[in-house]
Amino acid sequence: MSRPRPEPMQVVKQRRDAALAALVNSVPYIRFLNISFDRRGDELTGQMNFDQKLIGNPFLPALHGGATAAFLEMTAMMALNWQHLWPKIESGEIDPADLAAGKLPRQPKTIDFTVDYLRSGLPRDAYARATVARSGRRFASVRVEAWQDHKDRPFAQAVGHFLMPQGEDRRDAQKG
Amino acid sequence: MGEKSQLARQFIEAIPHAQELGMMLTNIGDGTAEISMPYDVKLIGDPDTGVIHGGAVSALMDTCCGAAVMSHPEAPGGTATIDLRIEYMRAATPGQAITTKATCHHISRNVAFVRAVAMDEDQERPVATATAAFSVEAKF
Repeated sequence: MSRPRPEPMQVVKQRRDAALAALVNSVPYIRFLNISFDRRGDELTGQMNFDQKLIGNPFLPALHGGATAAFLEMTAMMALNWQHLWPKIESGEIDPADLAAGKLPRQPKTIDFTVDYLRSGLPRDAYARATVARSGRRFASVRVEAWQDHKDRPFAQAVGHFLMPQGEDRRDAQKG
Repeated sequence: MGEKSQLARQFIEAIPHAQELGMMLTNIGDGTAEISMPYDVKLIGDPDTGVIHGGAVSALMDTCCGAAVMSHPEAPGGTATIDLRIEYMRAATPGQAITTKATCHHISRNVAFVRAVAMDEDQERPVATATAAFSVEAKF
């Protein structure tokens, strides 16, 4: 028995990148903070591109703790959403063109978010990566870490709990 | 308003990120602060509903908690967030401003403890609550 021939690389990349871009572009607050996402396979790295408007202490200067919290929460939520949607994007159940046209699946909702500020954020780009520690039918728990110059010297870390979108599954169940 | 609150007010009003989000300090003094943030489409986190992103509420909470610490009679100067936990009780109603009230309920030589609550126009049901620890710095 032969396995199906793999899709051409460009087709795979185009589909995944288009889906990611559609998700990122749909959220105004991601654009406002100028956060971009770098994808390696299914792994995402968030990047908050530095701007003067992100400063919280002009004397040091340092990034605003709120901007850092928002960046961490955004990265955690995007990682969770991405992990949740990935199989549907790969199977063709979700069409990236539909996402781009604004037909977006419901997002997870933050229940709580705890940020641990390890050192002050420098006035330069910041990066973050999240790990979905557990993703159940109702709840998910996500860890996220942000760094600037050195990956092993994070300036903030956080853990958050999320409520997974409920509507779609329930409607499917009712249909039988 | 005391000299301390005056200094804290000047500091808060000079924060670029707070200005960018349209935050307005409406009350400050004796370890408490109140800041409101108008609704703005650029803060939307869920394009389907127009609900603003939790991150914007975090920024508001963090600023307000820091202001409460700086206005405390025993705080010598500036402050930095050590940890901030936010609980989101419900989505803020699109189109409405969010107002946060923070209280610095305990301060020691090194650490200040703060609680905050965020409301929209519905004064009965909080949008979010926060618990935070801040460092106590000698200078700004």
